[in-house]
Amino acid sequence: MSKKTIDKLLTFGMVIAAFIVCQVMIANGAMSRSLRGQLIPICVYIVMAVSLNLTVGISGELSLGHAGFMSVGAFSGVVMAMWLKNGLGVSNTLICLSAALVTGGLFAGIAGVLIGIPVLRLRGDYLAIVTLAFGEIIRNVMNCIYISIEGSSLHFGFVNPKLPGKLLVNGPAGATGVAKMSTFVMGFVLVMITLLVVLNLIDSRSGRAIMAIRDSRIAAESVGLNVTKYKMMAFVTSAVLAGMAGALYGLNFSTITASKFKFDTSILVLVFVVLGGIGNIRGSIIAATLLTVLPELLRAFSDYRMLVYAIVLILVMLATNNPTLRTFFSGLKPGKKSSAAKEGKQ
Amino acid sequence: MKKLIIAALCLAMIAMTALASADAIKIGGSGPLTGPAADYGISVKNGAEIAVEEINAKAGETVIELNFQDDEHDPEKAINAFNDVLDWGAQMIAGTVTTSPCIAVGAQAFEDRVFMLTPSASSVDVIADKDNVYQVCFTDPAQGAASADYISGHKLATKVAVIYNNADAYSTGIYQTFEGAAAEKGLELVYIGTFTDDTTDFSVQVTGAKEAGAELVFLPIYYTPASMILQQAKNMDYAPIFFGVDGLDGILSIEGFDTSLAEGVMLLTPFSADATDDLTVNFVKTYTEKFGTVPSQFAADAYDTVYALYNASVKAGITAETKAEEACDKLIAAFQELEMTGLTGTMTWDSTGAVTKTPTAVIIKDGAYVGADVQ
Repeated sequence: MSKKTIDKLLTFGMVIAAFIVCQVMIANGAMSRSLRGQLIPICVYIVMAVSLNLTVGISGELSLGHAGFMSVGAFSGVVMAMWLKNGLGVSNTLICLSAALVTGGLFAGIAGVLIGIPVLRLRGDYLAIVTLAFGEIIRNVMNCIYISIEGSSLHFGFVNPKLPGKLLVNGPAGATGVAKMSTFVMGFVLVMITLLVVLNLIDSRSGRAIMAIRDSRIAAESVGLNVTKYKMMAFVTSAVLAGMAGALYGLNFSTITASKFKFDTSILVLVFVVLGGIGNIRGSIIAATLLTVLPELLRAFSDYRMLVYAIVLILVMLATNNPTLRTFFSGLKPGKKSSAAKEGKQ
Repeated sequence: MKKLIIAALCLAMIAMTALASADAIKIGGSGPLTGPAADYGISVKNGAEIAVEEINAKAGETVIELNFQDDEHDPEKAINAFNDVLDWGAQMIAGTVTTSPCIAVGAQAFEDRVFMLTPSASSVDVIADKDNVYQVCFTDPAQGAASADYISGHKLATKVAVIYNNADAYSTGIYQTFEGAAAEKGLELVYIGTFTDDTTDFSVQVTGAKEAGAELVFLPIYYTPASMILQQAKNMDYAPIFFGVDGLDGILSIEGFDTSLAEGVMLLTPFSADATDDLTVNFVKTYTEKFGTVPSQFAADAYDTVYALYNASVKAGITAETKAEEACDKLIAAFQELEMTGLTGTMTWDSTGAVTKTPTAVIIKDGAYVGADVQ
């Protein structure tokens, strides 16, 4: 087995092991309510972080509008699931949930293509600012959408709440009365799908092309790589996965509002990616998990909670960039000692 | 070494977390203690704490305990806070403070059978289809309709402008019912201005209202944007009657806000801090001594929430040993018959969870809330 395969298996193994440990703890009643309630959000944030890492780390484009795709996925997924359940009378939750994830991914993918066409012509800072703007546009558009279910038909309104039937998405009030369908098992499956897609994409011919473009656009173009095509591939894949995560998120709470998916959420996910290591998929998973759980662990600090959280973030950032610690952690991995030691000395 | 000390400190802090005492009824709650909506959460926490202290002082021992957590006005964090207080052993929930977190927590509480009484989450969606979620405040539609009633009933104006936040559930909810009720009451809506959460420049909306000749500007919004609207209206020498609802309550405690700007602003709220009944006087005195500000309606609602929960618990025979699921059914039954006179009036509840009490209007005069009918 090549080193790469071992590395990949390690990532999958880690996620599977964590899943089994959680399931055993739930079965034994050893897990606190507080942690149990966070399992699905953790899965969502892992998928968000891994998919953003594909854009930021692998494709090298700083995207600040990732929450926008999550929001598209969340709303389209919720509408799909509730329409199936209330409109068409599908009682099987698994079917509704799966359909919601697929719809969420599809709509976010469409949004990804539409946004990708103009955005990916830009580079560097300009690209970051435009993705940020698109994230905000998506949020503001979502604030104006009204959707109601009447019998088996869906009604759409834009800035117009007067629709027949029962309002499902009520503009700024968001979707209310959503049935809670998300399960931890589905969250785990989604994380595994994300890892399969992202890790295999990175390892494929296309993935190497994407990284070549990141490293040197001119060199990549000179050997005949279609820059737009490969950039779009990474960007849209990332959007689809974020949309699926959004659908899972939306169906975990009985209400979602567009204001949840603002700039802050995009930055939060970017923080996961940066702290986990840009381009490091396993790091994203660990960072997303720890940083989602951390604020809850800090409840003991009461009023100083958010302050402590910020300090911990800074400490983690310093620690992960500390050469001594890096050498120590790399030393744990077999066969990497020499190269890591060299890196540490730099 | 430094890291060791930090780690040790962290562990010590976690170990020091208040452990629930053995024979007190445990009430959990959550609200935004940080972030832009923090004033509401902090007011509620303070008001509830005063009620808890009073009840315990009267009983001579700790009969109820409160664990109030931060939810940052975010449904996801509110669910976390809810789970956290249940881990602590909460038997009932006094919360949550803001609407969308309350809808999320309400659904979870319905599933888990935990009784919830919210002091201030005012959307109808909060109590809809749930038999165990109750409100102390008015619902949004009630506020919109009551505002239109009050304005036409007291002949405050006929030409009305509305400036509301169309990115906010609370604001849009009130506006929608106000629009309907205004048409019935013969109020003429001459200008409708909208803004979103990030807006800081309201000159377009204020100019719009001014040019349309509105005599009264209805502001079904939170106090932060309202304070900016007041400032910008003053800069334009535009002085209509400003009329708000309970979201405006708290405007006087904004740090650095020139309270003279809010002179003459009317708001519809069930509580005014200058009322002369003993209950209000004592509450305002204790609150001011303890926290240094005059209590808002949110603090009063929270005070009533804790008393309502305690009275109903005593009536239903709930003790520290009662499980949350059992307490839930007992409280639902007790609340049907409960009649309580609190700071915000005499309250009764029906089986939907909505409260019945009389709204009053207050006006801001010399930097304080004064009952509008008093003047």
